[in-house]
Amino acid sequence: MRQGPIDYIERTREQYAALGYPPYQWVRNQEPLPLSIPTKPMHEWRVGLIASGGIYVAGQVAFHFRDDISYREISCDTPTDRIRTTHFAYDLTDSRRDPNVVFPMDTLRGLVRDGTVGELSHTAYTFMGGIYSARKVRDVLAPALVTRLLEDEVDVALMVPV
Amino acid sequence: MVYLDFPLGHTAGRAHDVQSQKDVVMAALSLLEEARDPGSATTLPQRWSNDDAWKDTVMRPKAKADREGAFDDDRVERFATPQYQKSEDADLVTGDCPTCVWLEE
Repeated sequence: MRQGPIDYIERTREQYAALGYPPYQWVRNQEPLPLSIPTKPMHEWRVGLIASGGIYVAGQVAFHFRDDISYREISCDTPTDRIRTTHFAYDLTDSRRDPNVVFPMDTLRGLVRDGTVGELSHTAYTFMGGIYSARKVRDVLAPALVTRLLEDEVDVALMVPV
Repeated sequence: MVYLDFPLGHTAGRAHDVQSQKDVVMAALSLLEEARDPGSATTLPQRWSNDDAWKDTVMRPKAKADREGAFDDDRVERFATPQYQKSEDADLVTGDCPTCVWLEE
C-alpha cells in the first residue's frame, strides 16, 4: 500500500512512550531562519559539504556515540575507499558499501567535472549527530563549523544529515 | 531543505546509483539557487521501493516476549569510546589526529 512520508515526530512520541521514557523535548526555534541568497550563478559556486552521519577517514579517530560534539576535517580529494561510517541510529550496510549515500563526495566531484558547479571547497566537515544537548550544538559545534565555512569562502554549503 | 523519503542512512540517494545520488544533490543545489523564503522545503519524488511495507517497522519497538505491554529498546548502546568501522582503523590513527577537532563544551 502506498503510504505518505514517515512522520518521524509522531513515531518518536510513540517510541518513547512504549519504552517508558519521558516525552522527547524538541527544540523550538522562535526566530525564522535567516535566508542568504547566493550572489553568483551555480556554475561559479565554490561548494562546501557538511555531513552528520558519523563519517571519518581511515587514520582519523572514529566518533563515539555519547553526545560527541567533535568534528573531522576531510580533504575533498580523499579516495572514497578510505571513507568510513559509524553511527548508532541507522543501518550502516549501504553507507559502508557506498559512502555517497550519506557523504555525496563523488556526486559533487562529478558536478565539478561536468561544469554544473565551479569547484569544491578543499575541506568537508563531518560530525556525529545524535547529540542530545541542543545547547552544545547551538553554542559550540554549529558556530565552529560556520566559522570554518566562512574562512573557506564557500558560496553555498550542502548539509547532509542522517 | 530537500527531503528524500528513504530509510535512514540514505539521505543522499541509493547505494551505487549515480543517477539517484545526482538527482538528490541537484535538487538541493537548485533549491539553494531558487529559494526566496527561509525554511523552503521540497519532498523529492524518488520512491525507495514499489511497496511501502518497510515503513511499518521504522522506530517501532518490538514487544517483549516475556512481559505483556513492555517493549525492547533495540537501539545501539551509546558507547563513549570511538566506534571504528573496522577494528584495524584504530591502529591507523597517528599521534593526536591533527584533522580531528575537539571542542570545549
